[in-house]
Amino acid sequence: MIEATGLTKHYGRTVAVDDLSFTVRPGRVTGFLGPNGAGKSTTMRMVLGLDRPTAGRVLVNGKRYAELDQPLRTVGALLDAKWVHPNRSARAHLRWLAKSNRIPVRRVDEVLEMVGLSQVAHRRAGGFSLGMAQRLGIAGALLGDPEVLLFDEPVNGLDPEGILWIRQFMHRLAEQGRTVFVSSHLLSEMAQTAQELIVIGRGKLIAQTSTEQFIRDATEDTVRVRSPQLDQLRALLGGARVEDSPADGALVVRGVEAARIGELAAANGIVLHELNPQRGSLEEAFMQLTKESVEYQAHD
Amino acid sequence: MIEAIGLTKRYGNTVAVDDLSFTVEPGRVTGFLGPNGAGKSTTMRMILGLDRPSAGKVLIDGKPYAKLDRPLRTVGALLDAKWVHPNRSARAHLQWLAKSNGIPQRRVDEVLDVVGLTKVAKRRAGGFSLGMSQRLGIAGALLGDPKVLLFDEPVNGLDPEGILWIRRFMQGLAAEGRTVLVSSHLLSEMALTAQDLVVIGRGKLISQSTTTEFVERSTENTVRVRSPHADKLGAMLVDKGFTVREDGEGVLIVSGATSDQVGEVAAGGGLVLHELSPQRGSLEEAFMQLTGDSVEYHAETGK
Amino acid sequence: MTLLAVERIKLFSTRSPWWCMLLALGLTVGITAIIAGNWNEGPMPVLGAVFAHTFGLYVVMVMAALAVTTEYRFGTIKATFQAVPDRISPMVAKAAVVTALAALVGLAAGFGSWGLSWLLAGDTSQLALESANDWRHVAGVGLVYGAGALLALGVGALVRQTAGAVSIILVFALVLESVVGLIPNIGDDIQKWMPFTVASKFIMGDPDQGGMPADAGPPTVGALSPWGSFGYFVAIAVAMFVISLVVVKRRDA
Repeated sequence: MIEATGLTKHYGRTVAVDDLSFTVRPGRVTGFLGPNGAGKSTTMRMVLGLDRPTAGRVLVNGKRYAELDQPLRTVGALLDAKWVHPNRSARAHLRWLAKSNRIPVRRVDEVLEMVGLSQVAHRRAGGFSLGMAQRLGIAGALLGDPEVLLFDEPVNGLDPEGILWIRQFMHRLAEQGRTVFVSSHLLSEMAQTAQELIVIGRGKLIAQTSTEQFIRDATEDTVRVRSPQLDQLRALLGGARVEDSPADGALVVRGVEAARIGELAAANGIVLHELNPQRGSLEEAFMQLTKESVEYQAHD
Repeated sequence: MIEAIGLTKRYGNTVAVDDLSFTVEPGRVTGFLGPNGAGKSTTMRMILGLDRPSAGKVLIDGKPYAKLDRPLRTVGALLDAKWVHPNRSARAHLQWLAKSNGIPQRRVDEVLDVVGLTKVAKRRAGGFSLGMSQRLGIAGALLGDPKVLLFDEPVNGLDPEGILWIRRFMQGLAAEGRTVLVSSHLLSEMALTAQDLVVIGRGKLISQSTTTEFVERSTENTVRVRSPHADKLGAMLVDKGFTVREDGEGVLIVSGATSDQVGEVAAGGGLVLHELSPQRGSLEEAFMQLTGDSVEYHAETGK
Repeated sequence: MTLLAVERIKLFSTRSPWWCMLLALGLTVGITAIIAGNWNEGPMPVLGAVFAHTFGLYVVMVMAALAVTTEYRFGTIKATFQAVPDRISPMVAKAAVVTALAALVGLAAGFGSWGLSWLLAGDTSQLALESANDWRHVAGVGLVYGAGALLALGVGALVRQTAGAVSIILVFALVLESVVGLIPNIGDDIQKWMPFTVASKFIMGDPDQGGMPADAGPPTVGALSPWGSFGYFVAIAVAMFVISLVVVKRRDA
């Protein structure tokens, strides 16, 4: 469990994080979203005691990070895969980390195996591809078999197989009752990964809710209808807002439930070829809610 | 248009690209997919004349890259956003690129504006975030207003707004009739972006088709049906020879039928439908199915 | 003890510390060999064998500064502070390991130079280690290297950048301390208290009668006795290191 209370960080005059309060619960994967410059990294650094809050505090399992005894056994984190000495071997990197928290050396080989780096354990980390470096970072996070895990853009540099692997892996960690807190910009990926969301913008909390709720609140559900008697159906829908989808002649209906359209069709003997309720995407919901807080607005 | 014909690249004993032939058509966004080490980057480098093929050739609008007159006006590419001198300003970087291909200087300001970097144009590129470097790289690719564009992991480091922007941007370029080839590992993103796919594994072509075909070919297509008369509908569908599976109260998953067929059966029996949704597999599922044995580092799946 | 092992793993799992140590040793011993081989002003004194110790000192200090600046350069400092969030203990452990290592290199450089002089010098009648002063000249190199490493580590932790830390150390030691002596009137008085000048006094100062031919080797200046000089140098090193600890503890990682 991670609890932030009134967490604030100023850099000179810039307010990076502004009175931020949230809770990350165990047993679920919680996504941490926000535009560039929203304060996500700063927040994660404060969770790990790397940056000192200007005000407020953040507790991990009820304690400040600095008060944790052998913290790697409580919190594992992957913030930046590049935080490895390039001339040190993968194994040596994990060995000193393990030693610092009295984690047995055999665990080093275990986690290397887990992330699929056993074969390159003795190669210098500087020669690793981004994907391999990412796996090494994940291995480091897992070293202490921690209850709380923080990942910042974990799929960065991974190939499709690695992306699928880390997603399933995070789900499994959460199922084991661990707290999994993941920051990412890849919303299509996060929609599949995170059950809960914490969304911030300009250092302030925008939403803390389940992913489903977040999408439902910010987007409108539509129903895609295809039928050989589309004009008849359109007439029946009367005042409902409909629009045609030019690609395949489907009708997109807003504000009427699929079940209701189905009843109408059946009552009037209209054949349906498709009656497909469409959810908004996490991306649409996110854009809707964070409109005001983006850093470099590109335009065309 | 990009045409690879029998393209092959060997590094010593390693075959990075192996007799690869494919065509990238104009007017569409084509995704270039493959596991790590499949040879995607090598192929892109050969397209740009950075690496020399061991055999075969790759042509851009009918010519090898080296034969292009003022290549930046034909091909724009973003391969690695870090290929910028860190102490040079964004603007200076684009200015020398423009100069090298006789592109007017006002185009520099235009592309900076297009990618939203006008305000930081005079700052040194070394201080840029990955997202800003990425935008600078994209600006460079656009400089010569080229007909063919290559992007390698273009959303790398971009935030959600940037990702949405680049997706729409690439689709816009394709809609203008340009050839757009995008390599990426983010399949959920590519499913939204690419109309066509070229998929390679271990240097060989695995598939070239539209995205829809690719997914349909390698995943099972089912129809999800919700109805207050699910039992009756189920029985009728089984009679027609379709495979039906229950998935909770009043929900059927039908295999072997199109949603059109299921809808006709329901209408024939006068049955009310609450939902009739064709279910497609994901691009990820299809990709895993087809490239299963050509990945480089397998992580252990158990814990 | 655990943290000492952590720092030992960190230091020896990359190559640059090995290169620095070899270079420190090679440079000091090598230059001494040239001096010894060309010594022709009568018997070679013990002091003659340690003239070159400053070369190794600079290299060892660069190594010490690197031990901390590379952690900042490559971001491993974050992993270090994640693993041990009190920050002080890993820094102290690092100082202990680096200082001890530097001292060992210093001892090897001191005795190595002396041993080689014994082999190469024409007249070795004055080279035997017979007095406490003789021992100080040679073994003192180890002590100065150790203290110098601590000083450099402090500078490195404060500056965080390799180039910055190395330039500060080298410019201070090689340029500033000599230039200061050129300031009219007060220059000499200031120079007397400059750390590297004082450290040099510890090793080179107050030789036995006849231990040093006139106007050979660098002059030694300073108001303190040799051991007082060492105390002064150590005090500066410790002070610098303690300041760096306070800053590291307060600063965002």
